[in-house]
Amino acid sequence: MNKPLNKMAVQATINGEQTAFLCSPGQVLAEVLRDEMELIGTKIGCNTGDCGACSVLVNDRLVCACLVLAAEVEGQAVQTIEGIAEGGVLHPVQQKLLEHAGLQCGICTPGVVVAAKALLEHNPNPTEEQARYWLAGNLCRCTGYDKIIRAVLDAAQQMREEAAA
Amino acid sequence: MSIQEFVAPHSLSEAKGLLSDGAIASVLAGGTDLLVGVRLGTRSPERVVDLKQIPELTAIHVDSESVQIGAAASAFSILHNSDVPSCFPGLAEALDLIGSTQIQGRCSAGGNLCNASPAADSIPALIANGAQCLITGPAGDHQMSVEDFVVGPSKNALKEGELLVALILPRPSPQTADAYLRLTPRTEMDIAVAGVGVSLTLDGNGTCTAARVSIGAVAPTALLVEAAGAALVGTQWRRLRLKQPLLRQERRHVLFRISVAQLNIAHMLLGYW
Repeated sequence: MNKPLNKMAVQATINGEQTAFLCSPGQVLAEVLRDEMELIGTKIGCNTGDCGACSVLVNDRLVCACLVLAAEVEGQAVQTIEGIAEGGVLHPVQQKLLEHAGLQCGICTPGVVVAAKALLEHNPNPTEEQARYWLAGNLCRCTGYDKIIRAVLDAAQQMREEAAA
Repeated sequence: MSIQEFVAPHSLSEAKGLLSDGAIASVLAGGTDLLVGVRLGTRSPERVVDLKQIPELTAIHVDSESVQIGAAASAFSILHNSDVPSCFPGLAEALDLIGSTQIQGRCSAGGNLCNASPAADSIPALIANGAQCLITGPAGDHQMSVEDFVVGPSKNALKEGELLVALILPRPSPQTADAYLRLTPRTEMDIAVAGVGVSLTLDGNGTCTAARVSIGAVAPTALLVEAAGAALVGTQWRRLRLKQPLLRQERRHVLFRISVAQLNIAHMLLGYW
């Protein structure tokens, strides 16, 4: 027996580009980004919203893409790790993570970058405590977090200096 | 995956129709419990009804009598509302403890309540503030208290075809504040082992004239403990003056030395006035 094709057509803005994709009603955004859009920078770690590896921004709000149904982003703006650097220029968070060696295997790093970018847009001058609590949903198995936090606070300082200049 | 259909109605009446036409349907707010349940197999809706395009479900309305929080309003939007955190710092603290920044970007107080985990953080804070549930369904609208809404672990009082529309919190009287604290093995990203929500009213002399105490994670549902509230009435309070606010970590270290019944009391002294 032929089963009817049960796909939805969704239109959204992804990394600034008007995009359309097909998805099943129960498919999550993380899966669609990776499998339909081939944006494989967003990683799937736990699939339960606990690790933050799938962090993306939906309408500038930091969320886990594994807990957003792809159909929910109809008409919304999505930003992934692929959209963080602009015109080939790394975001200060990305640059500082490299300088501070804030990554080893790198699997958590896309999520960390997206989450840290959201932090600094929300609060350009976070204390270390505020940065750690904001990033508590981004688990890292390799670094022990210290270099990640130093990099984020250093990026914050650079961005404040650039804004003041 | 069980989900065969996704619909995002724009009105309550449309949503009610989608929940009462015989389809195996579930409402969707933040999805932070539903989607995990679908993956685990504990939830298996065929139709998902997204509530976030219905204005009443995400609106936060503050007037002189009450604060109404749409059941699908995200914790993030509640925490960054201009009035709610100052009216109810305890509820704000409870919502800020749920999950992570990412989870709070989506999760809702209504969803946390309807999911009815015994350890849910928002529920003791809602009970302490005397929150009411605004429910609508095939038989019309009705209200019930939050403490009556949760009937067992993962069981709420909604009947077939009903949905939770909003939480209604009466504005606290002057000299009233709430607080929420929980005990968790880890600092963050954890589930309460014990949770306490308190609302306290003092008179001009620092004497407690009214109190509501609710405990969570220590029983099949969060409980309103009337005896604890009654025991606080008539007690005398003095304001602590701190040179600078304690770090969150320092507060936790100090407060873990005090028994759960006194935990919330000390916390409330630490500057919610």
